[in-house]
Amino acid sequence: MAETNYITSSCSISNGTVNKDINKAFENQGVDLSAFLLSIYQHFHFNYPKFYKMDNLSKLGWLAAEILLQDGFKKDNYQPEEVGVVLANSNSSLDNDLKYVDTIKEFPSPAVFVYTLPNIVIGEICIRHKFKGEHAFFIQDPFDTTFIAQQVNYLLDNDILHACICGWVEVLEQDYKAVLFLVEKKKTEKSLLFSAENMSSIFNKD
Amino acid sequence: MSKMSVKDVFVVADNILSPLGKTTTENFTQLKNSVSGVRQHNEEALSPTPFFASLFDKDQVFIDNNGYTKFEQLLIASITDALKASDIDPKDKKTVLIISSTKGNISLLQTEANSAELQKRISMSTSARLVAEYFGFQNQPVVISNACISGVIAIITGMRLLRAGQYENAVICGADVISKFIVSGFQSFQALSAEVCKPFDKARTGLNLGEGAATVILSTNKQFEGNIKIKGGAVSNDANHISGPSRTGEELAYAIKQAIKDADISTNDIDFISAHGTATVYNDEMEANALGLAGLQTAPLNSLKGYYGHTLGAAGLIESVISIQSLKENLIISTPGFEELGVIIPVNVCASPTRINADNFLKTASGFGGCNAAVVIGK
Repeated sequence: MAETNYITSSCSISNGTVNKDINKAFENQGVDLSAFLLSIYQHFHFNYPKFYKMDNLSKLGWLAAEILLQDGFKKDNYQPEEVGVVLANSNSSLDNDLKYVDTIKEFPSPAVFVYTLPNIVIGEICIRHKFKGEHAFFIQDPFDTTFIAQQVNYLLDNDILHACICGWVEVLEQDYKAVLFLVEKKKTEKSLLFSAENMSSIFNKD
Repeated sequence: MSKMSVKDVFVVADNILSPLGKTTTENFTQLKNSVSGVRQHNEEALSPTPFFASLFDKDQVFIDNNGYTKFEQLLIASITDALKASDIDPKDKKTVLIISSTKGNISLLQTEANSAELQKRISMSTSARLVAEYFGFQNQPVVISNACISGVIAIITGMRLLRAGQYENAVICGADVISKFIVSGFQSFQALSAEVCKPFDKARTGLNLGEGAATVILSTNKQFEGNIKIKGGAVSNDANHISGPSRTGEELAYAIKQAIKDADISTNDIDFISAHGTATVYNDEMEANALGLAGLQTAPLNSLKGYYGHTLGAAGLIESVISIQSLKENLIISTPGFEELGVIIPVNVCASPTRINADNFLKTASGFGGCNAAVVIGK
């Protein structure tokens, strides 16, 4: 127990800006959320047709994970079961729940209903990267970095996972914020100690 | 996991609040007598067409206090009964509250106009805070919303928080309320059965929904030595499809194997299985595959969905509490609706109540988002 784990990468998407490892990677101000998310997808030249059918929460989390894992993450170092995802937000899937309620009046849509669960974004990230390990979605207000650090350290220190994506993915109408951390057991050149304090400082940066 | 450092996590008390009864004893008695809560409902507010589900009476009162939603009332009533049977103090700094639900207060979207205030009221953090304040819990409550495995993850999370020494006691409660939101969604998936569901049966056509709540109180305090224990648990993801289960079942099998390993027992020590068994064609097939891969095809198994329907975020807790009672009474509850095996990989489904000397059982769950969870509970 109490081994040392490291944040080897981070990605935040908020206020019209994408940051990778605290450096600005893209900015697009003054458009609505759907247009902003699409502009990120296009800017980074992603090619993943499933993206278009996702709700905004999954799109946001998927994009953040994609950018988080670009340049540096060595997937081949891990078995599928060794990588997990622990996420949190405060409004669950309410953004999409509101859209689903509108479809009930006419014709309930299974394509919208399936996104009325917050853990679907975890499923989308796992499908994309073939991660099959432990995962969990917590509802918190505000982001409880102490709790998340405790959960992730438990999984890594007990060798249940060898790498974990953790963080916050929140969408409610035009309010949104994603901050994801890649946590691994190996120190790298630019890595930070994995701690509640370091997560909070990146989370609160903007 | 270094075994020498693992603390035993004991089950101190429990409750089930369902259409079948207000206590664990009431519920277990009903199940022993093969009484099901599932029946046909003709309720315009929930569905334009009749459907089968296990629902509370519309005018049922859960607690006297006003100002709480039905979801919160279920949590409060279930926790109150469980606490009554223990001397665990919710106001103790060493006690944490864990809540699991898939949709919480979502029914409010149908009766109230959308506003910032309503959004705040719907949030599960609001419900958790209100429930924590009701009992005087001192710590920030933990809320888990991870589809149909929420209840099992809640137990696993509680076990881990206690093992890690973060807290000494955990009060874990799951609840879900059936609303038009949920019924219409499952109807849109054509996942609902037009009769009482038939888990693992050849003629199964889908699931029934159900509402309810259940609580387990856990502790590492040595005074509970001799009680039933939460021995191990694990979670996995299919990484295959967001609304369909794994083609092979190997990911659920992985979670099962990891849970057994975490419990530091062997596959042969699993005396019975409380399956997820929703009675959809694909779920039951995947589960049977997984149990086969995990070497558990001969272990007696039940699904309680024909008694309770699928109670979503409460299911893992309700079904674990019933199975804990089975350990105490050496009696496996039957699987209503099951007659003829209808999965390719054979499993040993209990069609009638079965006497058994059991030390350990396995509880499994799977859900949307490709999630799987398994927990081992035993003497």
